Formats: sequence, C-alpha cells, structure tokens
Amino acid sequence: MLSDNILRLEHVTMQLGGVVAVNDLSLEVNQGEIVALIGPNGAGKTTAFNCITGVYQPTEGKILFENNAYISTSPVIDPTPDEVTKMGIARTFQNIRLWKSMSVFDNVLTAKHMHAKHNVFSATFRLSHAEEKRMREETAELLKEQDLLQYKDDLATSLPYGLQRRLEIARALATDPKLLLLDEPAAGMNPQETRELGEFIVQIKEQHHLPVLMIEHHMDLVMQFSDRIYVIDFGRLIASGTPSEVQANQKVIDAYLGVSDNE
Amino acid sequence: MNLVPFLISGVSIGGQYALIAVGYTLVYGILRLINFAHSDVFMVAGLVMVYMTTSLPMQYALPIVVVATVALGFIIERVAYKPLRTAPRMSLMISAIGVSYLIQNLAYYLTGGLAKPVTNLIPWISDTITIFGQVTKRVTVITPILTVLIVIGLVALIKNTKIGLGMRAAARDFEAAQLMGIKINGVISFTFIVGSFLASIGAMLYFTNFPSVAIGSGGMPGLNAFVAAVFGGIGSIPGAVVGAFIIGICQELIKGLGASAFSDAFTFVLLIIILCVKPTGLFGEKTIDKV
Amino acid sequence: MLTDKQLRRKQFILVLAVCLVVLAGAIILDATLPSYHIIIKVIKKGAVYATVAVSMNLLNGFTGLFSLGQAGFMLLGAYTYAIFSIPVAQRAGVYMYYDGGIVQFSIPEFFAGIFGESFGTGFGMIVTLILAGVIAGLIALLIGLPVLRLKSDYLAIATLGFAEIVRALFQWAKLGPLTNGSNLLRAYPDFKHCTAYILITAAVVAIMFLLVNSSYGRAFKAIRDDEVAAEAMGINLAKHKRLSFVISSFFAGVGGGMLAMYMGTVQALSFKSAMTYEILLLVVIGGIGSLTGSVFTSFVYVAAVEWLLRGLDSGKFLGISAPGIFKNGFRMAIVSILIMVVVLFFSKGIFGDKELHDLVKKQPKKAKEVKKNA
Repeated sequence: MLSDNILRLEHVTMQLGGVVAVNDLSLEVNQGEIVALIGPNGAGKTTAFNCITGVYQPTEGKILFENNAYISTSPVIDPTPDEVTKMGIARTFQNIRLWKSMSVFDNVLTAKHMHAKHNVFSATFRLSHAEEKRMREETAELLKEQDLLQYKDDLATSLPYGLQRRLEIARALATDPKLLLLDEPAAGMNPQETRELGEFIVQIKEQHHLPVLMIEHHMDLVMQFSDRIYVIDFGRLIASGTPSEVQANQKVIDAYLGVSDNE
Repeated sequence: MNLVPFLISGVSIGGQYALIAVGYTLVYGILRLINFAHSDVFMVAGLVMVYMTTSLPMQYALPIVVVATVALGFIIERVAYKPLRTAPRMSLMISAIGVSYLIQNLAYYLTGGLAKPVTNLIPWISDTITIFGQVTKRVTVITPILTVLIVIGLVALIKNTKIGLGMRAAARDFEAAQLMGIKINGVISFTFIVGSFLASIGAMLYFTNFPSVAIGSGGMPGLNAFVAAVFGGIGSIPGAVVGAFIIGICQELIKGLGASAFSDAFTFVLLIIILCVKPTGLFGEKTIDKV
Repeated sequence: MLTDKQLRRKQFILVLAVCLVVLAGAIILDATLPSYHIIIKVIKKGAVYATVAVSMNLLNGFTGLFSLGQAGFMLLGAYTYAIFSIPVAQRAGVYMYYDGGIVQFSIPEFFAGIFGESFGTGFGMIVTLILAGVIAGLIALLIGLPVLRLKSDYLAIATLGFAEIVRALFQWAKLGPLTNGSNLLRAYPDFKHCTAYILITAAVVAIMFLLVNSSYGRAFKAIRDDEVAAEAMGINLAKHKRLSFVISSFFAGVGGGMLAMYMGTVQALSFKSAMTYEILLLVVIGGIGSLTGSVFTSFVYVAAVEWLLRGLDSGKFLGISAPGIFKNGFRMAIVSILIMVVVLFFSKGIFGDKELHDLVKKQPKKAKEVKKNA
C-alpha cells in the first residue's frame, strides 16, 4: 500500500571530510504537514538539507520523493540540485542567497525559467512571446500574493531583511514545488516577526497545498506551528513526534542543555 | 637518437621554471590570485640585467638586478593589489592583467621596442664545460643545484621564522590570520619580495642561455612556470618545484624528438588534463565548498 | 509617472535615434572619404573590437565565467574566414609552399556565381563570417565539456592554455595545406565601406542585447550572482554555462573573421594572449555587464590609439613638440596607465551595468506634473 508521504529518508549517512555529519537518518514528510528538523548547532541539519536537495551525494542510504527513490547509493542515483528542484523540491537558504544584481521581480521571474518550454533561439528572438508573458503574469501574481509587488523594481538586496526572507520563499514558490524546504527561515528575526513568519508559512501551506520541511532554532515557532518534529544531535536522530511529545523527551532536554547553553 | 643533451637542458630549464613557479604558488597560496604580472617581473629582471651588465662591473650589476626586481614586485603589490583587498577576486585578476599590460607597454617605450642582446654574459656561469660527454654552459649544471638549495632555504624560512608562520597562517585562513593579529600587509609584501627575488635569480640564469631579452620574453617561461605550479598543486612549494622539473624535462625531450613547435602546447595539454582529472594538482589539498 | 509602456517606447526611440545617427554618419563618411582614410580604418577596427568585446562581456560579464580564450576563438574565426574566402585563382600564390592548399573553392566566389558579382560576393562574405562563428562555436562546445567544470581562476588559465594550443597548432607545418603553416594568409575579400562593418556589429550587439534580456540572459545573470542559488532554482549549470560559452565563442569567431578582413592578412603568430587581455580590459573599462560600455569603449579606444594619440609616438602632440619623450611606445604607455587608473579607482567602469536606454528614466519630478495636469 502506498503511504501518502511526499518525502522519505531511509538510513541516510553523510561523511564530510572524515566527520559523520549525518548518521543513519530516517524521516518522512507527509502531505499537508509542516515538519521541523531541529537540533543544536552543528547537529547536521543543513547537511541533511544538502543531501535532500542533491548538493551532496550521501555516503549511504536513499531518499524517496512521492515513493520514488531519486537519490540512492545502490544503485547509484546522483541527481544535480537543479534536477531535484525540477522534480518538485524547492528550498531557501540559511544565509539569504538572492541574486543581488537583479530586481525583486527578476528574482522571482528567473526561478520560472526552468519550466519554460522555449529554447535559447526562440527566447532571444522573442518567438515565444506568449510564454514570456505568462511567466511575467504569474510572477506578478505571486508577488502580489506575498505583498511584495510594490517593491518589484527595487534591487532584491535593498529590501529590509524580513522581506528578503519572504522574497526568497516567493522565489522558491515560483518553481512550482510540491515540497518546500526552509533553512532557518526565522534566523535573525525578533519574536514579533517570527510569529508573523509562522502564520505566513501556515498560509503558504494551505494556499499552495504545500507540505513544508524546515530547519529552525526558534523554539516558539517550531512548537507552535509544526505538526511533527524530528530532533537530531551529532547527526543522529534522537527523538521525533508531536511538539508536546518532543518537549517532554528527556534525550532532547539533555541534548539542548548539555551541548549548547545558549538555546 | 641521443636525448642526453635534451635531458640535461631539461633539468636546467626545469630549475629556472621552478624559481618562477614558486613566486606564483606563494602568491596564490595567500591571495588566491594568479599573478599575471609575475612573468613580466621576470622579463624586467632580464632587461635590467642586460642594461646593468653592459654599464657596470658584475659585482655591482647583479645586486642591482636583484634589488630592482624585488622593488618592482613590492610596488606592484602595494599599488595594484593592496587597494583591492576586499574587492571580488575577479577584480584582482583583472588588475593583475592590467599591470602585465602596463609593464609590457612601459618596457616597450623605455627600450624602444627592440630586443636587447645579451652581450656581457655573467662570467664563470657562462663558461663552457663538458658533462656526460656533452658540451654545455656551466649555468646548465648550476641551475638545478642552486634551485634546490634556494628552495630548501625558503622552506626552512617558512617553517622556522615568525614571518614564515604568518605566511602559513595567511595561506590557511586569511581572515582568521588577520583576527589573530598577524600583520597581513607585511606578510603579503614579504611574499611578493620573496617571489620577485627568486624571479630575479631565475632571470639571470635563464637569459644567460639566450641571445637577447625582448618585451615578450617573460610570457612563455612565465606561463610554463604557472602551469608547473598548478600541476604540482598550487599553493604547495614542493609541488611547484617538482612540477617545474617535470615540465622542463618533458618540453626539452619533445624538442629532442623533433616536435619543438609543440613543446609549449604540450604544457597546456598537460594543464587541461590535470585540471580536469585532478584540479588540485599533485600535492594540492582538496577543499569542499560550503553551502 | 511614466507607465512601463511609455517608458519602453521612449527608450526605444532613443536607441533607434542613436543607431540611425551612427548609420547615417557611416554612410556619409563612406561617400566622402577614400577607403584608406584613417577615420574609415578607425571605424572598421572599432567595429571589430566592439564585436569581440561584446562577445567577451556575455561570458565574463553576464555569466561570470572568467575565460581568457578569446584570442583562440578569434584565431579560429579569422582562419576560417580566410581559408574559405580566398579566390581560387589566388590560392596557388598564397599557398605557394603547399601546392595551392587543399581547399579549392571560395564561398564568396560561389555566391558571386549565383547572385552576381557585387551582391553575391558580399552575401558570400557574410556566409563565410557566419561559418567562422560556427567553427569557433563548435570548438567551444568540445573544449567546454571538460573546461567549464573548473572554478574561476582555473577556468581562466585553462582557456588561456587552449588559446596557446590553437596558436601552436595552426602554425604546424603538417597542417600547412589547410592553414599555410607559419606563412600569411592573404588576398581574400574585404568590405570596402565601413558601413558594412557597422551593420554587422550592430546586428551582433542587437542579438546580444535581446539574449541578455531574455529568460536565458536572466538565467546567466543568476549564475553570475550566485551559482548555488541558481542551481537550487532549477537552472542547469552545465547547460547554461556551455550555452553562454558557445554563443560567446561564436561571436568571437565572427569578430575574428572581421579582424582578418580588416587586417588583410592573417597569421596565427599575432593572436597572442595580449590580444585577449586588451579586449578584457576594454570590457572592464566599459563596465562589466554593459553592452553599451563595451561598444563605446571599443570605438573610443581604437580612435585614441590608432588616430588621436598618434602624435605621442611621433614627437608632436597637441602642438607640443618633445621628440625625447614623445617617441615610439609612449602612446601605449599612457593608455595603459589610464587603464590601470580605471581598473583601480573606477572598478565599475564607465557604464557600470547600465545600458544606453537607461538614460531615459522614470522621473519623479515629471510624475508630479502629470498628476497636476490630471
């Protein structure tokens, strides 16, 4: 029987230069869920993201999307990140990575490039005008929905920090994903902004019918807005479950209190 | 076919390449910059040698060559690279190309654009001797020995002195070294001074075997030495030396086999192959890009 | 405020006006000056440099790939043009050491046979120029497979090496029947009028402009700005880098063919890395990421070096006579110092990443007036 999970990691291990950054990690994200991946600094969360998105090829294990293995070590399936995105997994970055010389509008528009059917010839000589027009309309619509349309001609990097985060999410949405990965979306935000971001994520999930997997440090955000939580430490899964289950888990408390005292 | 003379000159040329290659590799190690102007510094050293040896006695002429070359290297760094410390790497590389262009044009103006004949050879090293039954100049034998000695001295300097420690720290992590209180500008200047010093020695040895020095004379040896540095693993001094000897010997052997038109092209074929197979070279360290 | 549509129309009118003025100027000059006049020469060479500079800007400026192989691709284009356009009757003389060479036809002559002498030759020359680009592009496709996987400075040095290999290969005596070895190629046709050069360059710049403002151009810029983000947004790095490399090399090949035309003779020896450096510095001074800058700087540079500053080399400049200082090489020394000043202190170049049409902007002042009137 097919389960309704969209993403499943099976025993994924990733060694980086002699360090086991992710160790035998298994997790799944189901349709309609917001799932959080948490853990102390250096626990291997971003490495896990980089495995899922094809930046790194895991040293062991496999990863399934809609029940199809798209990354695996035996047989070797090693897609490039753009192939993973094309398949339907979009991401944001921990340190915002917008295209700095481009306007807000072009940042989102360019993310639509990969699904376009034109080739370099027809695009250059404007033979696929309808396609370009469609892309522009969709971009405008997306920006409007995210309340960013008024900034469309501004340089992406001239936006205030919180809006840059939002723009990065809008750019990810422009790739028409089936799963959204957010890498520390609330980094550097105050409690007020963080709460707004949480509501924003829920809104995205409902509007776009989009399951979300996020890495986050802000416990308020994680506990309030996620359906399930995975906790990793030293690359290993130490707990998983609903927010209340995880909060009560002794291992989690130990990991956070023992390893880093700033959480 | 007798390849012995080509082997001998290959070792010699390899030594000269090594002296230039170390200059490339030291600078790359710290600034991550291909110093395109380095081959022109080498050419200038050759020109200064021609002018000085024809007007002054040897004991004054040769030190002046060294001092002038070192001064040039130092000034280039201060004027063209230091202001771009925080600029993107591409700007630095463009500046290096600009300096190369400038030096060549200035040299053209000052020399009148004609190749300067090497008339007053440095005595003793340009005497003819016989080795393995082959007649050659003494410089051919001296070069590899001198090169190895100088490089050993350099490695000892980097291992055992404070400035050497600074160089190693800066090569490993530029920003961290700065934070740890290492005077980064001093270290970088020193690196250029060492590189130019070696280039001046290399130029004196190299041009002794040539009839003249021209504006473009630095180009091919410079590129060959750079390829040697990449081949050996850029940033690594032993790598640069080993790479230089391998390239020098291979090139001369190719000439010996009658394909001299391809001796330079060979270098680049080797370069493209090594870059595609093992971009970090023979002795280079692998790095992982952070996302 | 100007609406987007009004703005675009105004920008279009400006660009069109500038193009028409330049074209009219070229036609008038062609009609009044003999073809060996220095101004005609300057315009021709400026057009050649502009073509190559624009092609290099696509790669180094818009895609962020630091390639130094331009001279190699120009060489391929120049030789392709020369080899396929030398009249058959001349081949015995040009290839005197190689029994007239192995290529025994001429594309311009072929078309002259179909469309008549003047139009057919010109048409054939254009076809040969396109072929020059195609050959350069095909070689770029091959060399790009291994080379484009390299990161910034390694790419620079590998492409530089490629150009040197091509240069050595084309001088190789065994290829003599095709390339004439280390001897000159000559006696091929050239356009007499500088208007032809201007039209070709205008076509190249127009295509380039359309490309960089298309969806693919945006993808190139995304790669330049942040490769990791570009890949994560579904842009296939290998494919787009290859595309940019091949297109850039295509136009470098066309530019090389034009250079061959302009010079009248071709020799592999002259396609040194210094040629690449010269073009690169023009791109930088014009502004990395500005086509207008590349074109503008090319013409100004060629005019200065070939014409206006000649006096610096021959003893007398602006009425000042100083043969001791103004001697051979002074001109280039001054020019290269100026270049260094721009590189160090105006690193954005003259135009930054702005284009000609950016001179027309949405002006807030005007916006107020419009509101009042309404």
